[in-house]
Amino acid sequence: MSTETERIEKMANREYRYGFITDIETDSLPAGLNEDIIRALSAKKKEPEWLLEWRLKAYRSWLKMEEPHWAHIHYDPIDYQKIVYYSAPKNKKKYDSLDEVDPELLRTYEKLGIPLEEQKVLAGVAVDAVFDSVSVATTFKEKLSELGIIFCSFSEAVRNHPELVRKYLGSVVPPNDNFFAALNSAVFSDGSFVYIPKGVRCPMELSTYFRINAADTGQFERTLIIADEDSYVSYLEGCTAPQRDENQLHAAVVELVSHRNAYLKYSTVQNWYPGDKEGKGGIYNFVTKRGICKEENAKISWTQVETGSAITWKYPSVILKGDHSVGEFYSVAMTNNYQQADTGTKMIHLGRNTRSTIVSKGISAGKSNNSYRGLVKIGKNAENSRNYSQCDSLLIGDQCGAHTFPYIDIQNPTAQMEHEATTSKIGEDQIFYLNQRGISTEDAVSMIVNGYCKEVFRELPMEFAVEAQNLLNLSLEGSVG
Amino acid sequence: MLEVKNLHASIEGNEILKGIDLKINRGEIHAIMGPNGSGKSTLANVLAGKEEYEVTRGEVFYNGKNLLEMAPEERARAGIFLAFQYPVEIPGVTNMYFLKTALNEKRKYQGLDEIDAVDFLALVREKMKVVEMDQSLLNRPVNEGFSGGEKKRNEIFQMAILEPRLGILDETDSGLDIDALRIVANGVNQLHDKDKSFLVVTHYQRLLNYIIPDYVHVLYNGKIVKSGGKELALELEDKGYDWLK
Repeated sequence: MSTETERIEKMANREYRYGFITDIETDSLPAGLNEDIIRALSAKKKEPEWLLEWRLKAYRSWLKMEEPHWAHIHYDPIDYQKIVYYSAPKNKKKYDSLDEVDPELLRTYEKLGIPLEEQKVLAGVAVDAVFDSVSVATTFKEKLSELGIIFCSFSEAVRNHPELVRKYLGSVVPPNDNFFAALNSAVFSDGSFVYIPKGVRCPMELSTYFRINAADTGQFERTLIIADEDSYVSYLEGCTAPQRDENQLHAAVVELVSHRNAYLKYSTVQNWYPGDKEGKGGIYNFVTKRGICKEENAKISWTQVETGSAITWKYPSVILKGDHSVGEFYSVAMTNNYQQADTGTKMIHLGRNTRSTIVSKGISAGKSNNSYRGLVKIGKNAENSRNYSQCDSLLIGDQCGAHTFPYIDIQNPTAQMEHEATTSKIGEDQIFYLNQRGISTEDAVSMIVNGYCKEVFRELPMEFAVEAQNLLNLSLEGSVG
Repeated sequence: MLEVKNLHASIEGNEILKGIDLKINRGEIHAIMGPNGSGKSTLANVLAGKEEYEVTRGEVFYNGKNLLEMAPEERARAGIFLAFQYPVEIPGVTNMYFLKTALNEKRKYQGLDEIDAVDFLALVREKMKVVEMDQSLLNRPVNEGFSGGEKKRNEIFQMAILEPRLGILDETDSGLDIDALRIVANGVNQLHDKDKSFLVVTHYQRLLNYIIPDYVHVLYNGKIVKSGGKELALELEDKGYDWLK
């Protein structure tokens, strides 16, 4: 065991590979939060009056709320007056092609391994790249608009499709839903907006890469995706963040609306900076993600691979309102060093014959803590509803923790529930077996973990699955202790 | 090719091997027999490099190299293969993927390019016949849900793909019915040639009806107490181990 531990510790001591800072001038508001800041932010974004009012209302309810502390996570108090709530790259010109984009910015993407031009050609993915808070490059838009698909930055949607934004914004996650959602509603900077019209099958994976950059800038993304009747869309979100000393708050809100017979698939690979080996720095990721299956046969599927952030607080949920609607949640959450994750899902069954599936794979290494927290609620009118939950925990080393908090609330006796949970450790025997076949310990751990996560990875679109595996392998460097 | 000199090994402070001397030349098949607890499996695992065992004294040379200084994966790449007594399950990792990774590690060590998918498939097809392996086992996770016999067969199948220079069979016959035993033994015999050596650890003589050893060694209480030709195995079958104690 001792040499194994040494080897593994050596892997652990590698630096976060995506830690670098791009030097681009930013145009920021002063730190702090009050109504004037919100007015200035809204004015900078040239927003309509109704949206400013919406923000202010959210801000006022936020003032009355308290930061939640029920999750199995620990951190020093956040000073919300020290956060910069608006920062945008100065170069705000609109571009017709990538040639016009700031080359420094393009180099950043290249370092991340996501060159836009290659993505466009090779993967057939339209990328709406969010750099800090303002969308810089949007591709494939024309092809999508031929089908009536709207895929743009949130600000653009506010300008060009105010009726849609107004109709759906806050309809799934109300501005006063919770502390972090209220904060986001007050100060959200930008994000993505997607609308798939009736009967349209989106021909490509829609993808957005987020990246936090300017120092001490809170990132408050707002994403709204609407799949109208009989439509289909697969949306990918992936992120990496540069290395920083101070903690950075990230409180996004994602709202999904799936109408009659629509299928909305949302996949995330999350790799925010997790902090260093001593637990210093890293992103606080307090996210509210929720979808609603509004009418019958609607389907929403969340798939997430969470490897980053110092703290993750995230429960992508589905409200199964329509009869026969389907909700799915597939998750891999990996924590290492001093990372803390409290993540899971909520499946709220309201309609008849609704079905939900939960597959959660937690991996804890180092001194990290990983909690699954899930709620399955069957409402009193949800006749014949079914849920299947599988929550597995994998422990690497003996200083980490895995916790499972399943909540079940059933108000209809016809409900069928299945719950399976396992906790396992990567065995010395498994590692030796792979060693004996010529596979190094590092590769062996990675192989075992990837095998363990397979059920989730196969839900990811192909090109994303590869990236997810790479990220997982990166995060595993330095597991066990 | 393998030379073991005065090898002592212990686990958690208990000495299990108490001075083993063993020399295996290229192409030879050696059988290690002995009663339960005599140290047979320990010897197999120590040669493969299992870290739980501490080598307290002695030397092992493998093709002139100091084996004890090599990491388990290096030993494997250099051609030492251990067919496990209790093969472990690796959920979610298909047999095919696992084997391809293992083969490529070995090829890398030998300075060869990675094998391409078509060649690998052809190789798999050919070697499957060696152990009459069911194709459905290839795409299943490594050993997961395999029967005892299927696991053992899978070990020999892996051995056939990796073509080791020294194959160590750790009680591969235990728990096998006579048909499975014959298939496993046939597999080993097909792999055996003038360059490949085998160390067959077994409790019973019956495996040696199928795999004919050049030498038989009796291990008792951590030491080789008697060595002989294949007829020694028959004698043991007749008389048991007591007369050697």
